[in-house]
Amino acid sequence: MKIKVNNKEVETAASSIAALVDELALPAQGVAVAVDNRMVPRAGWADFALAEGMSLVIIKAACGG
Amino acid sequence: MEKLVIAGREFTSRLFLGTGKFNSNELMAQAIKASGTEMVTVAMKRIELDDKDDDMLRHVAGPDIQLLPNTSGVRNAEEAVFAAQMAREAFGTNWLKLEIHPDPRYLLPDSTETLKATEQLVKMGFVVLPYCQADPTLCKHLEEAGAATVMPLGAPIGTNKGLQTRDFLRIIIEQANVPVVVDAGIGAPSHAAEAMEMGASACLVNTAIAVAGDPVAMARAFRQAVEAGRMAYEAGLGLQADSFVAEASSPLTAFLNE
Repeated sequence: MKIKVNNKEVETAASSIAALVDELALPAQGVAVAVDNRMVPRAGWADFALAEGMSLVIIKAACGG
Repeated sequence: MEKLVIAGREFTSRLFLGTGKFNSNELMAQAIKASGTEMVTVAMKRIELDDKDDDMLRHVAGPDIQLLPNTSGVRNAEEAVFAAQMAREAFGTNWLKLEIHPDPRYLLPDSTETLKATEQLVKMGFVVLPYCQADPTLCKHLEEAGAATVMPLGAPIGTNKGLQTRDFLRIIIEQANVPVVVDAGIGAPSHAAEAMEMGASACLVNTAIAVAGDPVAMARAFRQAVEAGRMAYEAGLGLQADSFVAEASSPLTAFLNE
């Protein structure tokens, strides 16, 4: 199915956020995920089912003052 | 020197460091070390799927370092609350530098939204350190809303112009019951020393160190300036005279002529 990650279209077989994080080989620490502008706590990643057309924001640390 | 306490955590260093504008993560890490800081800001950005290796966090994190995620990029309280939740999740800390500056030209903080966000975030359990205007009334409102510190600006972000708001900073410091951290505009160690001599609890410095010819040496210079300024404040500065009429510091007996 197709979802959006940071406004970029991504084809994925992942059925949950946890599976997607795995598929994208993201670091386990230092990232946060929001779906349709709501933050999803790490503890809920495995149970959060992804669906066609969902829009995810995934952030990480950047340099800044 | 007296230790600084924010939200129950003790800090030996009164210099906070921003991590923007360094030429490399390695240089940033060296500057952090040289500064002796125990509080370092970090921003957030969207992950680029084709560049996942860029990891600044490991150059910053350490057992003695309190990470202070900022909300840079948000335009109002609602976005700030979202950013705060993301930061808490990503970095595992409820400490937050709240900054809401919708105007890209002067990057001046929006007082209304900053106060609104502070009220909400405190209720959500965040330790909120709001970047704010050097407005004594606003700083009292932020304090009443539960802000852990207030962080009034000396001058607009990145300008290195020093304490343009000096007189208002004095009033804020006089009235505050929470630590006052002078943030933004500090461009030279002398500016930081001046803020500390005035009784500021700490200084947050980024640009002045990051863009210096030798950022590591500059970090060291700021460390000494902040320490000297604080020490002078605690020692109690002599009063400044109103006029230029001298007051002798040596005995005026004319011993050569008699």
